[in-house]
Amino acid sequence: MAENVLRLEDVTMQFGGVVAVNGFSMEVNKNEIVALIGPNGAGKTTAFNCITSVYEPTNGRILLNNEVIAENHPQGKMKDLYKGENKGKYTKVVKFTPDRITRRGIARTFQNIRLFKALTVFDNVMIAKHMRAKQNIFTATFRLNAKEEKRMQEETMVLLKEQNLDLYKDHIASSLPYGLQRRLEIARALATEPSLLLLDEPAAGMNPQETQELADFIKQIREQYRITILLIEHHMDLVMQISERVYVLDFGKLISSGTPDEVQNDQKVIDAYLGVVEDAED
Amino acid sequence: MNLFDIIMPYIIAGLSVGGQYALIAIGYTMVYGILRLINFAHGDVFMISGLVMIYVAAEVPLYISIPIVIAIIMVIGFTIERVAYKPLRNAPRMSVMISAIGVSYLLQNLALYLTGGLARRYPTIPWISDSIVFIGITTRRVTVITPFLVVAMVVVLVWLINHTKTGIAMRAVAKDFETSQLMGIKINSVISSTFAIGTFLAVAGSFLFFSNFPSVFPAAGAMPGLKAFVAAVFGGIGSIPGAVLGGLLIGVFESLIKGADIILGPAGFGIIRTPMELATFSDAFTFVLLVIVLIFKPTGLFGDKPTEKV
Amino acid sequence: MNKNNSSKITAAVLLILLFGLVIFLEQVIRPTDEWAMLLSCLRMGSVYALVAVSMNLLNGFTGLFSLGQAGFMLIGAYTYAIFSIPLDLKDSVYTFYDYSVKISFPEVLGNVFGGFGMITGVLVSIILAGIITAMAAFLIGLPVLRLRSDYLAIATLGFAEIIRAVFLWGRLGPVTNGSNPLRRFTRTSDFTMDVGNTTLTLGTTTIMIIAAACIFVIILLVNSSYGRVFKAIREDEIAAEAMGINLYKHKQLSFCISSFFTGVGGALLAIFMGTVMASNFMAAMTYEFLLIIVLGGIGSISGSVVGAMLFVFASQWWLRWLDSGIITLFGTRYILPNTIFRSGFRLVVFSVIIMCVVLFFRRGLMGDKELPYYWNKLKSRIMARKPKAGESNG
Repeated sequence: MAENVLRLEDVTMQFGGVVAVNGFSMEVNKNEIVALIGPNGAGKTTAFNCITSVYEPTNGRILLNNEVIAENHPQGKMKDLYKGENKGKYTKVVKFTPDRITRRGIARTFQNIRLFKALTVFDNVMIAKHMRAKQNIFTATFRLNAKEEKRMQEETMVLLKEQNLDLYKDHIASSLPYGLQRRLEIARALATEPSLLLLDEPAAGMNPQETQELADFIKQIREQYRITILLIEHHMDLVMQISERVYVLDFGKLISSGTPDEVQNDQKVIDAYLGVVEDAED
Repeated sequence: MNLFDIIMPYIIAGLSVGGQYALIAIGYTMVYGILRLINFAHGDVFMISGLVMIYVAAEVPLYISIPIVIAIIMVIGFTIERVAYKPLRNAPRMSVMISAIGVSYLLQNLALYLTGGLARRYPTIPWISDSIVFIGITTRRVTVITPFLVVAMVVVLVWLINHTKTGIAMRAVAKDFETSQLMGIKINSVISSTFAIGTFLAVAGSFLFFSNFPSVFPAAGAMPGLKAFVAAVFGGIGSIPGAVLGGLLIGVFESLIKGADIILGPAGFGIIRTPMELATFSDAFTFVLLVIVLIFKPTGLFGDKPTEKV
Repeated sequence: MNKNNSSKITAAVLLILLFGLVIFLEQVIRPTDEWAMLLSCLRMGSVYALVAVSMNLLNGFTGLFSLGQAGFMLIGAYTYAIFSIPLDLKDSVYTFYDYSVKISFPEVLGNVFGGFGMITGVLVSIILAGIITAMAAFLIGLPVLRLRSDYLAIATLGFAEIIRAVFLWGRLGPVTNGSNPLRRFTRTSDFTMDVGNTTLTLGTTTIMIIAAACIFVIILLVNSSYGRVFKAIREDEIAAEAMGINLYKHKQLSFCISSFFTGVGGALLAIFMGTVMASNFMAAMTYEFLLIIVLGGIGSISGSVVGAMLFVFASQWWLRWLDSGIITLFGTRYILPNTIFRSGFRLVVFSVIIMCVVLFFRRGLMGDKELPYYWNKLKSRIMARKPKAGESNG
């Protein structure tokens, strides 16, 4: 059996009375590319935010490399409000801050690109290197970390070259064209040395040719960095082309999963995307 | 002497000064609700209205000077919004806040220039400045009527906000600035009327406050302004009843702390022997309250919870 | 690399020349001269520059809108004063209390090592001032750094008021002298050194060197890995967190370091003023620093220095004539009508100028760029002109 990198168990996220993700379970195996798809508002990004601890799930458990990184059960006001499933199955509470999740090896990009806009391309990547650098504020200020700083700079240059961003290294991030901003965001995520990379709609706003390039690029980084990739995407060509397995969410619930072919032919998925005419018989 | 007699004067004085804070706090809370701006200049507008009153009352009889002062200050409030805040409507929030601090700095320096740095005596407004005896306590009439006046004004204000077209527009803008603009609400006139109401209440507050407080000096608005802002935060920013409750509570606490040495001393509860000089902390206590509220209930008593989209 | 080094050397030479000039001026200018104002402004300007730069580290680089500067300066000034009043003078200062801090670093070290020891003692007191301020900031940071932008502003403003009340509290009188001022500690005029038969006055130089050294450290910090992280937090907290940056830890670092230097600035202010009184450290003081960094450009260190110098020189010296109504232009004395030109007019004009900057030049004098940037721009413009001239000739 393949090695689990990420496992979600009955993850439920409820905001007030709205259940955004409901009893969602999934697995991502080592070195896989897995896609999470679903119509708008299906809860995909919310699931991402739960995995990266931006949100604390209301109920359920998340494991990274078989270690619990988030676990919760309805508490306080939520006890009465809770509308999700599997109430009472989980009793422990485990929560981390997003930075600790990144430290443990999950990196992500954002749906609406979140670069450090006023900083240079080079600095954007250098910041991602900070976390793993051996230095403290004293050695950094008084330049006693020269070796470490040099290593970070060299690694950053290598990474930028690989992503074909080295020509833009002194450009301000917000001045880059859209496609390059997306690529920089991925480069920055890779700089945190992750074992699992979460991509939130990496092809949004791209034309077919750019999407094709992105598909090759994603496959390439998987080989090169030996990482596992979980992505949210709306471009079905991209999803079908690169992912080994697909999970489909609709209204917060998992409605289908399997290989791209299986999912593509699942009537439930077609209904979710096209909408069902309820009173078809009339 | 029983404890009621010892504490009651402080509570009454506290309710009175708290009512005045409440009037200023409404201005803060309404402006913050709509523009997400801490209008640092609001306390100074309050001080300026005290000063203008002094200058106007020196020239014309009181019954004419009161409406004149209200008119002048409302024009000033309107002008500040148009000159210092409107051009920055699309700027980062920090810029607008800095602009507000700049206006505050300007108003204080202007007051310093006009008065020559001397504290000026506030004119005596007859009837409300008279001494009366209320449940056995000798005090000024203004002290007793302030809380009632505040409650009356707030009831009217809340009615206006819930039932008039402008009031509904204000609530819409506070909920969602951009959408209400798309719905055809004239954002600038809504903001102007918000400032007009806030300024009017600050003037009303200044009449009551300075009648109890002998003189006006350039920094006189800073502390009441900050306290009123704390009152607004305490009650939950954007909430008018919250601001009033916050103002009254802060006023009472402040007054009790001013009298703490007497209340807790041998003449009162007899808990402490020697004076602790706790009165030093009467201003600081407000901020202790602020920090406690911000830590445990950052949205205040009646505030909405903001959500951030990732 | 080479080019970088040569510009560093140029900067160092310029600084040394500047300090040489200040030392020279300090010997030449008598306290009664009209030009004594220059030295006084330089002293005050460097203290203001230091505090403005440390405020900029927080507000401009880390994006934490903090308004607690007056409170932190107060802690620094008091700490310095308390540990620098000579023991035999303490009774004359603490007239209503029995003083409880029975040590004076400048005195102790001065007795052992002479003039040099005195200066070391002053440095010890100053560093202590910074450390105690940073410790207070750490405690204050525990709750407030989790707050959102404008709530952080108001909470820090509140803490500044609380600090002021604590220092005014009569019960702490044996330490703080309650609501009475602290005086007679080592101050500007005490910084003298005997060289042969002459006595060198070094007050202005000392203050400027300490301020410059602190600003230099802040520049180093801002350009280090940590400085980059601070900027990342300013740009986007959520993205910074996703990059594995512990927000709270780095905010706390920035807050404590900024407060350390603000405390040092407070100590220098005490040295410069000669008396310290808690009731002077009002919120208005913080606003002044905020306006200085806006004037210079939020996110520019050299901007804050230039802004502070302009602020001090303009408000203390160049605009004096607005108050006095007496102005000398090209050797002619003009007397302006005292109905308008009277006490306070200077500050009104000054605040109008600042409002104009806030409204119309929102990026301030320097934006978020530093002096070398403008220097290089100027140089490349001159360079660009030269070949053109050659072309037209040929």
